[in-house]
Amino acid sequence: MTEPVRANTAVVPPQPVRVAPAPRSQWWGVWDQFRTHKGALAGLGFFVFILLAVTLGPLLWTIDPTFIDIRARNQGPSLAHPFGTDQLGRDTLARMISGGRTSVSVGLMAMVLSLILGTLVGVLAGYFKRLDGLLMRFTDLFLALPLLPLLLVIILLFRDPLRAAFGPETGIFILIVGVIGITSWMQTARIVRGDVLALKEREFVLAARSIGTPNRRMITRHILPNVLSPIMVSATLGIANAIITESALSFLGLGFPSDFPTWGRLLFDSTDYLQQYPERVMWPGLAISLTVLSVNYIGDGLRDALDPRIRGR
Amino acid sequence: MKLKTALLGAAAAVALTPVMATADAHTGERGRDGEVKVIYWQAVSILNPFLSGGTKDVEGASLILEPLGRYDQDGNLVPFLATEIPTVANGGVSEDLTTITWKLKEGILWSDGTPFTSADVVFTAEYCMHPEGGCAQLAKFEGVENVEAIDDLTVKVTFNEPKPNPYLPFMGGQSPILQAAQFAECTGARAPECTDENFNPIGTGPFTVTEFRPNDVITMAANPNYRDASKPAFATLTLKGGGDAAAAGRAVLETGEYDYAWNLQLAPEVIANMAAAGKGVPVSAFGTLVERLEMNMTDPSPDLPEGERSTAKHPHPILSDIRVREALSIAIDRDLLVEIGYGQAGRATCNLVPAPAMYASDNTSCMPQDLDRARALLDEAGWSDTNGDGVRDKDGKKLALLYQTSVNAVRQDFQALIKQWWEEIGVEVELRQIDASVYFGGDPGSPDTFQRFYADVEMYANNFDGTDPEAYLAAYTCDKIPSPETQWQGENINRFCDPAYEELLAELGRTGDLDERGRIAKALNDMLTKDSHVIVGLVDRGRVSAHSNTLGGVILNTWDSELWNAADWYRTE
Repeated sequence: MTEPVRANTAVVPPQPVRVAPAPRSQWWGVWDQFRTHKGALAGLGFFVFILLAVTLGPLLWTIDPTFIDIRARNQGPSLAHPFGTDQLGRDTLARMISGGRTSVSVGLMAMVLSLILGTLVGVLAGYFKRLDGLLMRFTDLFLALPLLPLLLVIILLFRDPLRAAFGPETGIFILIVGVIGITSWMQTARIVRGDVLALKEREFVLAARSIGTPNRRMITRHILPNVLSPIMVSATLGIANAIITESALSFLGLGFPSDFPTWGRLLFDSTDYLQQYPERVMWPGLAISLTVLSVNYIGDGLRDALDPRIRGR
Repeated sequence: MKLKTALLGAAAAVALTPVMATADAHTGERGRDGEVKVIYWQAVSILNPFLSGGTKDVEGASLILEPLGRYDQDGNLVPFLATEIPTVANGGVSEDLTTITWKLKEGILWSDGTPFTSADVVFTAEYCMHPEGGCAQLAKFEGVENVEAIDDLTVKVTFNEPKPNPYLPFMGGQSPILQAAQFAECTGARAPECTDENFNPIGTGPFTVTEFRPNDVITMAANPNYRDASKPAFATLTLKGGGDAAAAGRAVLETGEYDYAWNLQLAPEVIANMAAAGKGVPVSAFGTLVERLEMNMTDPSPDLPEGERSTAKHPHPILSDIRVREALSIAIDRDLLVEIGYGQAGRATCNLVPAPAMYASDNTSCMPQDLDRARALLDEAGWSDTNGDGVRDKDGKKLALLYQTSVNAVRQDFQALIKQWWEEIGVEVELRQIDASVYFGGDPGSPDTFQRFYADVEMYANNFDGTDPEAYLAAYTCDKIPSPETQWQGENINRFCDPAYEELLAELGRTGDLDERGRIAKALNDMLTKDSHVIVGLVDRGRVSAHSNTLGGVILNTWDSELWNAADWYRTE
């Protein structure tokens, strides 16, 4: 469940050379290559659509997602409720929008957190030989920890202090983002460390060192830009991972409170009605799968686009 | 209509089962029917009912441990380890109602082969009444002065005053007999530390534990020393715990993977749909189970130091005012809750004691829903919306409540509905859900148990064994308030403490006349509900469980453990 979905990791065959009309920023080259990956382009389009829907959606669709209209319960799709209503008469579309806002923002925030942690550990371990053993064993330790029991303990310990400090909703948001972030940085750390180890032995690093570049600058000027490509790919995979973990937590009833819809929570609430009203499971299920799939495609396309050996051909 | 048909079918099945049991004459050697699989969606966490108030633990333990007598499906007393039920007529209960003398059956062996004697019964009383023990079933031993062994097979219980209902200790699934030899080193504060004993008690019941994985699965084997050589019919029993009610119901009614599913607290249409698959039948019966809101009379604020939260030291800043509690109660539309959550398996109630009829108060003060009166009561109590944000406040403090319950689809629907009604009268509500195994687990180390009550309002269902509500009502005395000193055990969840209530309770304990007992019990019920709104009854729940078509002998019992007659279960062809 915590493994990212590797929907399409096969390398796309090289595309015909495109002749660039004039010297441009390297990012245009990346974009040109990215554009040739149809799946990635479609994924990007869908992800942008989801982002727009969850940010601007509430302005267009103004029904309160928690409002109970008991006379309108268990309704199928209609003009008043395009996605139907649930067993208490709450509008499913409004709940999808508000749930998506939470799920996607948890995904993005947790991704950023795990990326920072993973990159930090990976670069330090790869660059400083003395720290390598220690940090990598630390990474192994985290990889070996069973995620769900750990989350249970963390939620038990920190729920009340965070709730007191930030209020119930922000508190639990910070908690969920925090626990997902600190339990999903290990893959990034390992990938980054591997790349840093290889880069460290390259001639341009040797050259930089010979003119006396200090470690700090060496990392920021020479190492980090060169490991950007694996970091960005693991970032996209991280979003998908975080959305799935959040859904799993809500599905188990451990995440957000029940009146705070997320895609995972909607899925959990609908499973009891799977036979009578299957569409209720389909909406959140589709949203989660398509978002994760689109993000994976973006990652796939980005990896191809960021690899100069592929781009050149 | 589908549901009605299903329930009628279930009722018919219940009614027919005893007839079938005698007609088919299901006898034979022990263990002839192989394995029976039972699923409880709340996993059993301990097999010692004296250390856990959770129904699932009491019922799980009832397969292994037995009391002297149980209640049958109609609320009648049935001897189990005793030869007969002592009464005044047969001389077992003294004329002055202060003693009861139990005669034990001869030749009963514990599952380890040693004889069961009166010493075990005496030890069990000492175990639960130990002052440092924090026994979860202490209410059963209310007023017991002395338990003594007259001879190896006779036990005399002496009460400190006349007990018109002396069937409290050693009756029903909540007060079974522990083996003295096994638990001798586990008394008092050491009780929770005896993991091996609490997880694998030696009993006289039809099954013994082969492997116990707490909060997961228990595998049991037929007790080789069980008193009836032809029982149980099953050689092994698997008691699987965890998951949720829907999965449990599906496992019995739709896929047939399990033979018995406990307490299917699901939307009525969901059960009817599952039953349509035809692998099993839902059975239902009305008992004393009431889904209720409990108001916390003490302050659960996290700002208080640990050890003082939710203790009698700090009265609740909001809910100590009876007008607020009443407003919260009458803002609820109970008929709608029944319709959404239980259908025909529930009925609206304001009471704590909804049955049997002679003890049930005619209190309907909480119905119908009256939002205007609720608002007026809050105004009167001084809560008004001074800053226009839709939430009432007083002296700079918002009228905000934390409302917790266990993870369960029906309970979450109830939470959403009640939250909306309370918000309409200007109360801010925060919801919290806790995994049922933790919430009802009684672990003194967890802050999330229902006894710990680190919330303002909480919702759950509870009931009492047997037909007499005295022990149940005796839970609401000041000395049964859960606190750090009692390892957070105790049944007075609300921290209700009223000398007048205790006085009346003592009077109930002295009264032998049944009509008079009914009157007092109703008055006690009203003190907790109508007069104080400390306990806010919501729905009187019929219990719905399910068994597979091939499992015979099931008699759903709302007056004792559901597994009370597991020894008589058998496989039909």
